Amino acid sequence: MINFIYFWNHFAFILLMVGGLFIIITSQNYLKKVVGLAIFQTAVFVFFVSLAKVLDGTAPILTKMANAYSNPLPHVLILTAIVVGVATSALGLALVLQIYKNYETIEEKEIESLELKSDK
Amino acid sequence: MFDIFLDDAPALVVVLPLLISAIIAFMPSKIWPWIISIITLLLHLFLSLHLLKEISVSGLIIYEFGNWEPPWGISFKIDGVNIGLQLLFSIFVLVSTFYSRKIFLNEIDYRDSGKAYSLWLLAIGSLNGIILTNDIFNLFVFLEISALASISLIALGAGQNRKALLAAFNYLIIGAIGATFYVIGVGFAYAMTGTLNMNDLVIQLAQYSDGQLAIFAGMSFMLIGLMVKAAIFPVHIWLPPAYSYAPSAVSTLLAALATKTILYFFVRLLYEVFIIYPSYLSLFLDFVLYPLSLLAIFIGTVIAIYQDDIKKLLAFSSIAQIGYITLAFSLKDHSGVASGFVHIFNHALIKGGLFMAVGYFAILYKDRVTLNSLKGFGYKYPITSFALLICGLSLIGLPLTNGFISKLYLFQALYTNQMYFSIALVAVSSALAVVYFWKIVEQMWFSEIKFKSEKEDAYIYLPIWIVTISIIVFGIYSTPIIEFSNLSADYLISGYQN
Repeated sequence: MINFIYFWNHFAFILLMVGGLFIIITSQNYLKKVVGLAIFQTAVFVFFVSLAKVLDGTAPILTKMANAYSNPLPHVLILTAIVVGVATSALGLALVLQIYKNYETIEEKEIESLELKSDK
Repeated sequence: MFDIFLDDAPALVVVLPLLISAIIAFMPSKIWPWIISIITLLLHLFLSLHLLKEISVSGLIIYEFGNWEPPWGISFKIDGVNIGLQLLFSIFVLVSTFYSRKIFLNEIDYRDSGKAYSLWLLAIGSLNGIILTNDIFNLFVFLEISALASISLIALGAGQNRKALLAAFNYLIIGAIGATFYVIGVGFAYAMTGTLNMNDLVIQLAQYSDGQLAIFAGMSFMLIGLMVKAAIFPVHIWLPPAYSYAPSAVSTLLAALATKTILYFFVRLLYEVFIIYPSYLSLFLDFVLYPLSLLAIFIGTVIAIYQDDIKKLLAFSSIAQIGYITLAFSLKDHSGVASGFVHIFNHALIKGGLFMAVGYFAILYKDRVTLNSLKGFGYKYPITSFALLICGLSLIGLPLTNGFISKLYLFQALYTNQMYFSIALVAVSSALAVVYFWKIVEQMWFSEIKFKSEKEDAYIYLPIWIVTISIIVFGIYSTPIIEFSNLSADYLISGYQN
């Protein structure tokens, strides 16, 4: 039980990550898949940022009040990863828009049946 | 004057395409984006040759960005492992860019050509970054830039067939999951060691000599993420639609180089970093990578036989060929790794040549190239068809082509490891490759209808023939490829034996 409280950030990360993956896999709607992907990526951001926290640590600015400093590097990494995530979501949404223009639906099942018809 | 730039050559080969990409993005012109790309890639080749010269003197270049020393700053590393791949990359992107112009003009709106070449250079720059980087997080950034650029390029195929959009979307979702898995692994590794630099990672990991669950979990996450990106069976499903619905020029670039660069990093991670846990490594290689490679070889080839669409056929054959490469890498000795690199080089040329020829046929036929549509092409377009024939024979592995050299070294490596079952399977799969390739040859030369030959575009068949001639040349005089592969294997395996 102590472990659970001590490592709650890991549990939160796992919950978010699995939730995101679940949405990606199960939803039939392409828009929802993009949202699921965003949640899945956010889970990793939470994981990285929570790794950086040092107990009683403050922001890495030199003051006499601080006993310990949190690690700033994961935050910087995650800034990069957030930019990558935004670009991925933006491209995903642009593709969904184009798919809608071409198929007039963004439901996976309907598109599959449309494609089956056009193949015949 | 050039000397100032030459000192920064390792950075420039990546930065130059990325920079020019931003400049040409909004050029409305039809031809200037292409001309600027060609000039950029000529400079790129020049810089790569300079790097080769430097490496042959010093053997190792570590380029520190902003002069931050390696464990803290990001660094690029060039050594015997990647210099050969860098050179192949540089030459092949130049040839395929030369080829791409007429193909792009036919397949996409000419007003988009600035944007297309912008994405093209973006993909080239970031794939080159994967080859050179020595920082595991930096790799993730390059992976994603290259993925996003390739996805946009694939989506350009929507003008021909709207399925390209679905293929691009699937690649986006699956690729992003793979990349995110990789980052989770990086997070674990960073939490345990506090470093992202690959050389430093080895040193820091050594303190956990008995192994830690967190590290093994992190390693597994990283490897699975890279497997998705490298399209190793069974996580390859994004690849066949993506390659077959992309514009032909894009398929050429991606099929020849995109998965190869990631496979290179994959093997580098295995034999340079994870090597310090030999038990974990041999577990992964023997019980994950080895069986999956065999399945990839067999299933990829069998599915390819049943394909009617030629680009899809080639894409499934790529799955099988990636299987050959990973099979060689799973052998854990010098001959295995060397033969893997030999096949990386050779397969890049073969698949590049095949996709180039089929891409040209698609434009001549003005539709997707299926088996039926190839009827009589051998007489109608003899120059391109003959190139396709040679590339195909090389794919099967006939003597006098470089495909034969690949197979020879793979068989030797398997034989020294006494893996007779794999030898049999590789031989059977080569024989099955004859089946699917023969179907193409039969349609092209042995159909009943005879055609008169028609004029072919020299701008397109010239690059195809450059690749085809290199296939024959490296089939007869294979020393350069063998030398580079042995060099790569020397560097990687020396770590393993210590």
